[in-house]
Formats: sequence, C-alpha cells, structure tokens
Amino acid sequence: MKLFRELTCQEIVELVTSYLEDGLSPGDRERFEEHLVFCDGCGTYLEQMRQTIQVTGRLRETELPPALQERLLDAFRSWKPA
Amino acid sequence: METLLTADEARLVEGLRAGSEDAFAELMRLHGAAMLRVAQMYVSSRAVAEEVVQEAWVGVLKGIGRFEGRSSLKTWLFRIVTNTAKTRGVRESRSVPFSSLGGDDGGMVDADRFLGPDEGFAGHWAVPPESWAGAPESRLLGRETLEVIEREIVRLPPQQAAVLTMRDVEGFSSEEVCNVLELSETNQRVLLHRARSRVRRALEEYMA
Repeated sequence: MKLFRELTCQEIVELVTSYLEDGLSPGDRERFEEHLVFCDGCGTYLEQMRQTIQVTGRLRETELPPALQERLLDAFRSWKPA
Repeated sequence: METLLTADEARLVEGLRAGSEDAFAELMRLHGAAMLRVAQMYVSSRAVAEEVVQEAWVGVLKGIGRFEGRSSLKTWLFRIVTNTAKTRGVRESRSVPFSSLGGDDGGMVDADRFLGPDEGFAGHWAVPPESWAGAPESRLLGRETLEVIEREIVRLPPQQAAVLTMRDVEGFSSEEVCNVLELSETNQRVLLHRARSRVRRALEEYMA
C-alpha cells in the first residue's frame, strides 16, 4: 500500500500520459484528479497535452503520392503469385 | 487454423494470394500513406522512406503465401515496414539500438520550472504553463503549427517518433503499437510520454 500523500506538480507532468491512457491505479487516479481540483497550472498542462494530441492528429494524410502509387502498382504487376 | 484476421482482412489476403490488383490497391489505399509516414521516422529522407515502402511491399508480396494470420494483417504489414526501415536506418547510422527507450532520462519539463527543495511547496510550479486559450484560435490550428510539430517529431529518437506517429497521427491503439514494435505496454507508454511531452514543449515555445 502506498502512503497517501498529495502529488506534486512535477509528479503530475510525469503521470499525465498514464492518466490519459487509463493506466493509473484507482488510488493514483484519485490523487491525480484531486490535485487538478486546486492546481490551475496542472489543469493547463493536462489541457495542453490533450491539445497536443489533437493537433498532432491533423498531420494525417490519406493519400500516397501518385508517383509512388504507380511504382508500387508496377512492382505488383511484375510479381506473380507462386 | 485460428487467425486474428478480420473478415475484411481475410478477404484481402485471399485476394493478394490470387494476384488481385484490386486487393493490392485497396491495401495500399488503407495503409500506404501511414506506412510511408512511419518509415520516415527511421530514415534520413522522404526519398529513402519511399524506397523502404517499396521494399516492404515486395516483402509483403513474397511473404503473403506463408502469412498465417497469427497477427492482424495490419500488424503484419507495419512490422514489415518498420523492420525494413530500421535496417535501412541502421545502415544510414541514423537509428539508435532498437531496445533503447531513447535517452531523456530527466523530467519531461525542465526542473527549473518547479520550486526547489529549499522552497516551500517543493515540486510545485514556479513557472506554470500559460493557457493557449489566450492566443488567437487560428494560431494553434494554423499550418505553421503543424510544421512545428513535424520538425519536433524529426528530432525525436526514431522509436519515440514511430510510437507517436502510429498512436497520435495514424490513430493506432496501444495494443497495435505494442504488437508492431514488439514492445511491452509499459515501454510503449514511456516512449509515447516522452514524445508527446516534447511535442507539447515545442508547441509551448511556439505559442509563447
């Protein structure tokens, strides 16, 4: 059993990914959320991590460059299933 | 045989084995762009990444006859592309050893942003982050912000960059990333944490 004590902000920033990944034990999750109630700095930090994830997702492209698609199709056509 | 393939994947595997160009084109459409982006995390240039993708697809075609569905088709494809890219990256001496979690053993936020042990409230913010809500909304959502993120990702150790790309750009689950890179759940999370924290820091500098 861990002793109950408050988390520091320095600890919060290292736990933030585990928190977002649902990887904290119920006790740690509770301590994490309790800290957020009174700490604006950590609230901002958590929000920025969420914003970071969201903006990073906008890098996604769905199309291969057409020239590469052509090269891959050529490679496919010259391949014959054994 | 019991497989981990979805019905769609089983159909695509059958199609490829039969030499169906439609099946090949569909797979390329589903995963091609992501394969290219992930390959780029291990090598020095876009051109080399394209070669890696081509080589990986040749590997896929060669291996499809023996593919037994012990992993999902997606996992198998990305294992081939990451292994091809890692090998190529080592030849270019870009990659660090695969097992490495990639340095950065210190904290993910500079220690001097927190109060020191001699001050009251040790470990609490001395210089808390400033909300980005104050900036014009277009700033965070602008094209330039994406360039800041891309530049930071390129600076990350390859394994961190690959985990971040699969999770946060391409939307893989943590389980999928663990399977592709043969990482434990814990190591996957450590890599993701370091990578995300560094991208946040880069955005903080940009937004300031």
